Amino acid sequence: MTVTLKNGVLDPQGKAIEGALGSLGFEGVHQARQGKVFDLELDTADRAKAETDLKAMCDKLLANTVIENYTIAID
Amino acid sequence: MKSAVVQLPGLNRDRDMIAALTKISGKAPITVWQTETSIPDDVDLIVIPGGFSYGDYLRCGAIAARMPVMQAIKEKAEKGVKVLGVCNGFQILVEAGMLPGALMMNASLKFVCKEVKLEVVNAETEFTRAYDKGQIIRCPVAHHEGNYFVDAETLKSINGNGQVVFRYADGTNPNGAIDDIAGVVNARGNVLGMMPHPENLIEAAHGGTDGRGIFASALDVIAA
Repeated sequence: MTVTLKNGVLDPQGKAIEGALGSLGFEGVHQARQGKVFDLELDTADRAKAETDLKAMCDKLLANTVIENYTIAID
Repeated sequence: MKSAVVQLPGLNRDRDMIAALTKISGKAPITVWQTETSIPDDVDLIVIPGGFSYGDYLRCGAIAARMPVMQAIKEKAEKGVKVLGVCNGFQILVEAGMLPGALMMNASLKFVCKEVKLEVVNAETEFTRAYDKGQIIRCPVAHHEGNYFVDAETLKSINGNGQVVFRYADGTNPNGAIDDIAGVVNARGNVLGMMPHPENLIEAAHGGTDGRGIFASALDVIAA
């Protein structure tokens, strides 16, 4: 699961990172956003169930949906 | 008037809070540990103090907000019992969904520990009756994630409902909080969260008593 701040929510760490990239000479970098990645191993082989569970985990704990979005990838 | 102070691993302002409540009400609060599933019926004010519950892991207050004691506090709040969350206590209350918004990292990316000025925006709450509307008080702050955020629609509604109780005044916003918001109440008015630490400005030895009014209001010990 990847959790990032929603668009429109100021991300001061993202801003600082963007500034640092600029000072290293990487030009044309915009909208840097810092987020979190959660890697989990699940016992189930049922993909649909895994997706449902992971979504619930994000909604209930891993993301604060007032300020954060999340995406889920399963492999 | 009986009060309770919540204790969780990593909260470290509980002793200051106990001292403030004891000095102002003349009666020591009871303490409630995170695993407790009920709060005594005679408690009228529950206080969640500041600190770094669970090391601020995941997000400040996120893990504490999901401990059993929070369910008990939610049930009490629904019955009208007063709940005050200061600093990490405020972060826990927003993470528990008991107050609107979220507390993000300070815009400066730095921990701030200083004194600010607060405007009492709403002096009609159970926590601010001792003050006058528009009164400017001094109050210490000490936090790294106090940058209050709400979406535009919620901001409009909390401003309209009188839910914004304290604003940083005179350009002292230390964290970039939206609309200079320092403290908010729930729609019912019995749950207050604030980033500044009123418990640290209650007696002459602290250098002032401006924070006293919040406890005097909530504990119903306002001098006539």
